[in-house]
Amino acid sequence: MTVTKYDQQMGFFIDMQRCIGCHACEMACAECETNGQESMIHIHYVERAVSTQTTVQVCMHCEDPACANVCPADAISKDEFGVVHTAETSRCIGCSNCVLACPFGVPQKQEKAELMMKCNMCYDRTSAGKKPMCATVCPSGALFFGTREEIELKRPDSVPVDTFIFGNQEVKTKVKIMMPKGSNYLKVH
Amino acid sequence: MLKLFQTLNKVAFIKATIAALAVVILVFIGSRNLQNFDAALITYLFGTVFAVFGIAYRYSVWLQRPPTRLYWRRSMQFLFSKDFLTYATRSIYLLFRNILFQRFIAYRSKTRWWGHFLLASGCLISFAITIPLTFGWIHFTLEPGTYDIYNANFFGFKVASFELGGPISILAFKALFFTSIPVIIGAIIMMKRRVKDGGLIATQSLDGDWLPLVLLIAISVTGLGIGYDYTFLEGRTHQFMAVTHAITVILFLIWMPFGKFFHIFQRLAQLGANLYKIEGSKRGMAVCPHTKAEFASQTHINDLKTVTKELGFDFTLADGTNHLDLSPEGKRSVLAKAHFEARKASGKFFG
Repeated sequence: MTVTKYDQQMGFFIDMQRCIGCHACEMACAECETNGQESMIHIHYVERAVSTQTTVQVCMHCEDPACANVCPADAISKDEFGVVHTAETSRCIGCSNCVLACPFGVPQKQEKAELMMKCNMCYDRTSAGKKPMCATVCPSGALFFGTREEIELKRPDSVPVDTFIFGNQEVKTKVKIMMPKGSNYLKVH
Repeated sequence: MLKLFQTLNKVAFIKATIAALAVVILVFIGSRNLQNFDAALITYLFGTVFAVFGIAYRYSVWLQRPPTRLYWRRSMQFLFSKDFLTYATRSIYLLFRNILFQRFIAYRSKTRWWGHFLLASGCLISFAITIPLTFGWIHFTLEPGTYDIYNANFFGFKVASFELGGPISILAFKALFFTSIPVIIGAIIMMKRRVKDGGLIATQSLDGDWLPLVLLIAISVTGLGIGYDYTFLEGRTHQFMAVTHAITVILFLIWMPFGKFFHIFQRLAQLGANLYKIEGSKRGMAVCPHTKAEFASQTHINDLKTVTKELGFDFTLADGTNHLDLSPEGKRSVLAKAHFEARKASGKFFG
């Protein structure tokens, strides 16, 4: 078996405010071998009719992942590095529970294959000490993979935040979002 | 040992015990009070009874999980409804398509389907042959007054007769040799993928992915060894061949409830998930407040709100609506909008 060299010092920082909708990440994501060459990243206009704002979304790798909790087939697991893996193919029954329960709208259902797939932080690369594909190609810094010190140096007026509020629910994640300095969380609703 | 009793799931233990006892009773009935039971297969029988106990125990524990329980109840509710005929027909179609032929795997990869189909078909046909033999449900007798006509008996009743050395006898007595070939080919195809595919190399594990394939090949090769022994070696190595085959098969049976092979039983839930989707869309679709498009059945969304609450998640919003009312795209959009507002409020969009 291969020896895992996941670097725990490295973190994933996203700043969708910087997304320019170029789709470079989408193309790069399709290079990830753990996805079977399917692009798993989400990039789209937020409200096409009224705004040119685009957003990009990778799996946030929740501390207590709702997707894994609602999976009736025990197909989704979180490893010792905090990476929430895509559905175990032998178990996934394609029910879409995870697709609909994920608060970030990340998992995708491959209808014909009756299989859920999602971003697993390019595990073929990160487990070998490399950066995820999307973060290596993002030209605007919306996706960044590196150390906390590096991102703090690049974004002196921002702070990485790992807490999200969805109504009564607080969700903590491994992937961090860059928020204005002084923020402790992002209140979505 | 004390911990084992403390964590014992009583409901699952009772159900597993009933299932194991049912097998023993069926062995007594089917073999006519062990009259037709082949004593040489006793170790296989013990292994099978243990496997039944373990599988029933794990299946019962699995069904107690809130999302699984909900799917199970809903599947039964939809199946045994006024649309029973429609759903039963659909289930039978899916049983052939998804369980026996595993067609959904072809959409994941053609090679993978071939590999899985070959090894799964080989295994399923082998189960269908060995389980009734081990239980003493099937046995063969010589037709009285003849020396070359064999009778096949099921539960002690004659169901077929055939000539020794004829095509049917070759098919019947060598069936397991024929099934072992696709198992070996299928397992090698799956192993080849695991050596070449970068994604699989990164995520696979020895016990979860490699040992099951190694074990299937070991069972098949040692099984072929028994035939090789009596065909070419005049039975001189029979004991060695029989013992090694028994060891590999019993290892497989004991491991079945714990490891990767349990997915054989979990896969049946896919039929329920399909019925759930059909019935759900008939009952009405949920419309995303953000995209204004239909994205899932309302039944599914409502059920998920219940299940997530049971699991300790509460996505209820201040206005009484729920974050789960949004489609995946809607969720991503509201998050982006919230992020934009937070940046805007700080007076700096970047930095």
